[in-house]
Amino acid sequence: MAVPSVAVQPRPSILSRLAESRNALGFGFMLPAAALLLVFLTYPLGLGVWLGFTDTRIGRPGIFIGTENYQYLWDDAVFWLSVFNTLLYTISASILKFALGLWLALILNQNLPFKSFFRAIVLLPWVVPTVLSAIAFWWIYDSQFSILSWALMEMGLIDHRINFLGDPENARASVIAANVWRGIPFVAITLLAGLQTIPQSLYEAATLDGASRWQLFRFVTLPLLTPIIAITMTFSVLFTFTDFQLIYVLTRGGPVNATHLMATLSFQRGISGGQLGEGAAIAVAMIPFLLAAILFSYFGLQRRKWQQGGGD
Amino acid sequence: MAMIKEAEIKKTKRPELDEGGMGYLQSLPRRVVTVYLPLLVFVIVLLFPFYWMTITAVKPNHEMTDYANFNPFWVVHPTLEHIRYLLFDTSYPGWLLNTIIISTAATFLSLLAAVFAAYAIERLRFSGARQVGLAVFLAYLVPPSILFIPLSVMVFNLGLYDTPFALILTYPTFLVPFCTWLLMGYFRSIPFELEECALIDGASRWQILTKIVLPLSVPGLISAGIFAFTLSWNEFIYALTFIQSSENKTVPVGVLTELVRSDVYEWGALMAGALIGSLPVVVLYSFFVEHYVSSMTGAVKE
Repeated sequence: MAVPSVAVQPRPSILSRLAESRNALGFGFMLPAAALLLVFLTYPLGLGVWLGFTDTRIGRPGIFIGTENYQYLWDDAVFWLSVFNTLLYTISASILKFALGLWLALILNQNLPFKSFFRAIVLLPWVVPTVLSAIAFWWIYDSQFSILSWALMEMGLIDHRINFLGDPENARASVIAANVWRGIPFVAITLLAGLQTIPQSLYEAATLDGASRWQLFRFVTLPLLTPIIAITMTFSVLFTFTDFQLIYVLTRGGPVNATHLMATLSFQRGISGGQLGEGAAIAVAMIPFLLAAILFSYFGLQRRKWQQGGGD
Repeated sequence: MAMIKEAEIKKTKRPELDEGGMGYLQSLPRRVVTVYLPLLVFVIVLLFPFYWMTITAVKPNHEMTDYANFNPFWVVHPTLEHIRYLLFDTSYPGWLLNTIIISTAATFLSLLAAVFAAYAIERLRFSGARQVGLAVFLAYLVPPSILFIPLSVMVFNLGLYDTPFALILTYPTFLVPFCTWLLMGYFRSIPFELEECALIDGASRWQILTKIVLPLSVPGLISAGIFAFTLSWNEFIYALTFIQSSENKTVPVGVLTELVRSDVYEWGALMAGALIGSLPVVVLYSFFVEHYVSSMTGAVKE
């Protein structure tokens, strides 16, 4: 039984060491990112859910009180108003952002002079800190010295100043307009990137077949753009749904809670009011909506794979 | 993604080759109505708040509210009074410095963690790499609005409340997933063969990363870096929640909470603050427009 074990012995150990080191190295390389995310993202996510079941206040650790926070919120008219506001805000702002953003993308996709210049300045509202541009909107919406009111009065379109942020309906429209202003560039530029990947030859072929401009858009542009529309709008909906800054600057939820979103209500109850448990419960109540948006994104991606002929 | 991006860059650089293929079918008047006019309206609406911000920042107080005698769209006697007030009579320079320090530190920390993570997920292919990649993407979708309350409890218990470290350590929660996701796309576009050659020549993984992969992905690093810097510069809710004292505030929080006095609005100073606070990211953006756009669209296209 003279097996040449001496020659064979080191070989499998190198192979297994390689396989091992792949995982060991991978673990080592993942460590900084994983540590940061586990400590400051995953753990707080769990802690938030836990806090929602306690009566924690600022400066006082709470005890487990079951679903009392949620029962309280269930009967709280202001909470339901904030849910309604959030949905109204998200849906109307997203529809406007999509329509106007797609329009702008289609315009920018034309053969324009100074095209990259236009693309660069169009993105500006998205680059500038939201809070700072919101402060500019605050001044534009000023009840006494609003430039919009002044301009409309000069043109003779209205005969008294618009109370932009003082009236519930106006305030809702105003914050939605400001959000749309900031969101159009993101939608337009990402959709433009999608448009630029559509081969011109498809349009030429469709034109030879006698397609009208509307048919070109409906049967060439739209189907090829659907996957990127799905993803862009999922991101847009996510960011709009969890918006906080714009409302906090412009109205702080007022007048009479007409513009309170779930995020601002959560801040008001949790941080300003000190009821951390209740604030966390409001934040947790946002999660189902976010999951719905993420699932939407997931199916958008699936469809993209299918359109490209499957595969990875 | 890399192919899409290359195609996109090629198009913007050589528009005469394959763009606007059938634009010649449109007559000029029709183009004016369907393209130039709407574009003009879009540009005016999108840029007006910046114009208004700028004009208010240099407008003397007596002109600002006197619409009867002065056309509000113009400024007759421009003044630097508001900017002087902002820079010398408020804590604004300190907020700027805080924001620069916090954004830079958070960006470097995130980029460092993201480079290793992206390389491990994309190239080391350890078991479970795909699941980890998906988890990173999902982490990107977790919004700060649902994290700030538990994080504020953590920050307080860790003794970080009201220190810059509270922000430097929490900003990576949204920066690391984003940078990792973006860099994964860049690393994917680097040919495997380069790494195989290096492995055969006896390079270690560390050498491959620092001598081959990183130099080749400099554009990706710049994209991720400036985008992360902008995101941290613009961050608001964490800075509002975790910072208490005036001297530790960042620009967005400082302008909103310190410059707004209860009854008198110093609109000139507020607009000057908003303008100066926006300038650094706008300047950075103007130098790296292509990187910026590619990182924005890249993150979505994956």
